[in-house]
Amino acid sequence: MPLSEFLARRLLQLIPTLIFILIVVFVLVRLLPGDPTSAILGDRALDADVERINRQLGLDQPIIVQFWLFVKSVFSGDLGNSIVLKLPVTTLIAQRLPTTILLTVMAALIALIMAVPLAFVAALQREKLADASIRGAFQVGLSMPVFYLGLILLTVFGARLQWFPVGGYGDGFLDHLYHLFLPSLTLALSLSAILMRNLRAAIIGVLDAEYVSFAHAKGLAPRLILTRHVLRNALISTVTIFGLSIGTLLSGAVITETVFAIPGAGRLMVDSIYGRDYPVVQGMTLALAVLVSVTFLLTDILQAWLDPRVAR
Amino acid sequence: MTDTVLSVRNLTTSFRSAAGPLTAVNDVSFDVRQGEVMGLVGESGSGKSVTLRSIMRLLPRGAQIGGTVTWAGQDLLKLSDAGIRAVRGGQISMIFQEPMTALNPVLPIRIQITENLRAHTDLDANGRAARARELLDIVGIPDAARRLDEFPHQFSGGMRQRAMIAIALASNPRLLLADEPTTALDVTIQDQILNLILDLRDEFGMSVVFVTHDLGVVAATCDRMAVMYAGRIVETGTVADVFARPNHAYTRGLLGSVPQAGAERSMLLSIEGTPPGLAAIPPGCAFNPRCTFAGDTCRTTRPELTSLGPDRSVACHHNDAVVQAGSPVA
Ligand SMILES: Nc1ncnc2c1ncn2[C@@H]1O[C@H](COP(=O)(O)OP(=O)(O)OP(=O)(O)O)[C@@H](O)[C@H]1O
Ligand code: SF4
Ligand SMILES: [Mg+2]
Repeated sequence: MPLSEFLARRLLQLIPTLIFILIVVFVLVRLLPGDPTSAILGDRALDADVERINRQLGLDQPIIVQFWLFVKSVFSGDLGNSIVLKLPVTTLIAQRLPTTILLTVMAALIALIMAVPLAFVAALQREKLADASIRGAFQVGLSMPVFYLGLILLTVFGARLQWFPVGGYGDGFLDHLYHLFLPSLTLALSLSAILMRNLRAAIIGVLDAEYVSFAHAKGLAPRLILTRHVLRNALISTVTIFGLSIGTLLSGAVITETVFAIPGAGRLMVDSIYGRDYPVVQGMTLALAVLVSVTFLLTDILQAWLDPRVAR
Repeated sequence: MTDTVLSVRNLTTSFRSAAGPLTAVNDVSFDVRQGEVMGLVGESGSGKSVTLRSIMRLLPRGAQIGGTVTWAGQDLLKLSDAGIRAVRGGQISMIFQEPMTALNPVLPIRIQITENLRAHTDLDANGRAARARELLDIVGIPDAARRLDEFPHQFSGGMRQRAMIAIALASNPRLLLADEPTTALDVTIQDQILNLILDLRDEFGMSVVFVTHDLGVVAATCDRMAVMYAGRIVETGTVADVFARPNHAYTRGLLGSVPQAGAERSMLLSIEGTPPGLAAIPPGCAFNPRCTFAGDTCRTTRPELTSLGPDRSVACHHNDAVVQAGSPVA
């Protein structure tokens, strides 16, 4: 199967996934305690007003019709208006989601930059001091809750040393990066611990593989063997873990944005749930779910590129 | 002998284990001459592969290699890392036993061939591409231009074996260490590959150490042979001599289990039992529990490898009796 066919097939698979996401989001929002009408009108609304709003929101229709209306509006780019903020949900997503994406991408990059070289050192120094120290340090990172780690980093590098801002998002791209550094580091630590452990084990497995011995038998330089023969094979399993961790990373972003007072999607989500702002909860859930599926798609493509057995 | 290219002396290799070191290759010595095919035979676990890997220093960390391996006036076991790299794949190449795992699954065959050329020749990119195509032609892989861009999983077992041979031959090595290059191939392909190796020997004067446990293949391809048992060489000689007059009971047993053209396989002579594990090698002659010639000395004293003449040696207390019993294939 050529790579293009693999891509086409993988894209087609996205359709049932999206339908499933739509159903889940639709049902989930209706399972939340309370209902949108009383959220809009308050608890002491008149029956006539309730009926009017129900009609306006289409809540008097049969559930199937409601779902159809929901799907139709989603595809016409209308996710409704925020009850609390009185803004279109799409506008809110456009404002807040990029911040969260930037935070997640930075965290993912920091995690990779920390994990890959250290995994190599640990694997090559297997069972020696360097290996034990790296694994010990990451074990500590892995066992600390995200918010606690965030608070420590904030206290030391923000409040005490004043190297980084203690919160907020700043103005302009570079300022954003500066403001997001500590939060993404916080997010990155546990992911990098997972990646490091996985990659270290994968590298050790690959180092023992016959094809690595055969590469040595060709008289290749060790650095070439590590980059061309070892890293690529070891990354295949790690990429899967990495893709699966993006979901965790996004939920970690919710906490991190709260600790560091960053106006991202996670904060908005939490605020909206407390404020019973159903359209926002629905829209944001949808956006995040689509984001995660797209990440999985990218992971699969990366995997297919690394491992010819997947696609070809 | 002036035409000796490789001289292995007292090669001893052990692996670490919880119960102490396990010696897989013990005091092994042999020479390989220019343009010669030297057969290394023995049952599974007798140390054939470890011997080849020790010569190339291709063993996992923790393996201890002792003795000397003299190649072009240098001891390969003492060479610097850069020094051994220049020898590996350039002057001495190795065909691995297992073609299914020895090729990198994520790299196209082209890269796996050209990286060898890049390391050992002055060819430019075009030259390397041309040579890669030529090599696939030489080893009999049809449609070379297309095949070069394929990955190992698109090759059958026989094709992978050929690809591995192409890689090993890429930089015209002067010595080929071939570890069972034909096992798991069907008979026609096996013949083609054996003939290919012999052609290259004739054409380029390449020397070959040919590992196998198939004595029929030894008879068809090798000039001289060494028989290994439990990590030691127990008999050496020209193939004709060893087949005509085996001096070691184990060699005689091996020959007895070779199916012969036109004759019933002689079950009487096939060897009873299995070779010992590395942790439980019996005292005296390692073969004594399975040997029909064994006497008391065999159970207490290990027979030394003793020269019987030029190119001929054996390690057996009762080799006269073994010779008397005659060769099962003579
Ligand atoms: N890396 C290793 N660590 C520990 N023991 C090993 C290692 N490699 C080989 N051995 C042991 O050394 C002994 C000799 O193995 P070797 O692979 O040389 O046998 P062989 O003669 O090539 O057998 P076969 O015909 O099955 O290939 C075996 O007992 C094997 O288990
Ligand atoms: S030394 Fe003894 S036990 Fe060993 S092969 Fe010879 S006769 Fe048999
Ligand atoms: Mg072997």
